[in-house]
Amino acid sequence: MNRILLFIPLIMFIVMAAFLGGGIGRENKDVLPSPLIDKPFPQFILQQVEAEKQLTQSDLQGKPMLVNVWATWCPTCKAEHQFLNTLAAQGVRIIGINYKDDEDEAKVWLRDLGNPYEFNISDPKGKLGLELGVYGAPETFFVDGDGIIRAKHVGDLNQRVWQKYKGIFEQMKNHVEANVSEASSSIEGSK
Amino acid sequence: MKLILALCLSLFALTSQAVVDGHKYPFDNKVDKERFEVLAAELRCPKCQNQNLADSNAPVASDLRDKVYELMIEGQTDDEIVGYLVARYGDFVRYNPPVQKNTFFLWFAPGTMVLIAIIVIISITRGGKKSQPLSEEEKAKLAKLQAARREKQDS
Repeated sequence: MNRILLFIPLIMFIVMAAFLGGGIGRENKDVLPSPLIDKPFPQFILQQVEAEKQLTQSDLQGKPMLVNVWATWCPTCKAEHQFLNTLAAQGVRIIGINYKDDEDEAKVWLRDLGNPYEFNISDPKGKLGLELGVYGAPETFFVDGDGIIRAKHVGDLNQRVWQKYKGIFEQMKNHVEANVSEASSSIEGSK
Repeated sequence: MKLILALCLSLFALTSQAVVDGHKYPFDNKVDKERFEVLAAELRCPKCQNQNLADSNAPVASDLRDKVYELMIEGQTDDEIVGYLVARYGDFVRYNPPVQKNTFFLWFAPGTMVLIAIIVIISITRGGKKSQPLSEEEKAKLAKLQAARREKQDS
């Protein structure tokens, strides 16, 4: 009996080593889960980058979209930009938040690298970023047609990452279609 | 005299400010200054992860410090300020996490391990010395074995 007890420290050591060893290889980026998932997009009133127009959270409705937080001072944003162009060409709706940036430089960036965004929200002080819990650009929020945040990705979007989120995006799209057909059938029903 | 003293003291109070990373956060009383310092020490920088808001010079930490200051000046309580940041950045920003389902291990594992260690040590040091007296069955078995041995020696 006592002999078995002697092995308890060894067993505990092995358990701890396995637990900590497993943590070493894991990527740390996704560890910070956003508390905003399944919550409405925060309220804001900010200027558009491309035009003299005021934008609010109600502009983020209708069709499911990616809301991408970017800045010209962020090298990873540059790396992801081509992929955003590709997504936009495939018909994915992308809204930009120009985060703590110089607006003139942002305009040059969009002119030179292409503009995958439907429009860009100017957030020079990072106020909207703070509301969204942004801690490092680029970050991308998946917002459905009702303006509800469904997922968040920290880091650049690329083909590999997109595979992971594609399902969520398709689901958001189908959800809207289901809503539309439901609405139209209820109209038909009332006739 | 009393008036002068009061004036001097109030001047003193006016100068109390928290200085973090070269930024100055002036407060009109010492209590608020200390509250600010405690909050900046207990809130974690989301970008750098192993530093609190007071230690970190990451831009996001500076933004959050400014926000904490702004909310304090607005008159919010410590709980409201921490709640505001948790609603946006998650429980991650707390260096002093609440006891809940997913922090159970964090809070109680160390104590449990110490307890297990103590139990193991006690059982090893104490249990080894104690020897139980033989039961009737064992006594009979022993007598049988001894008899068998004697028989063997005799032959």
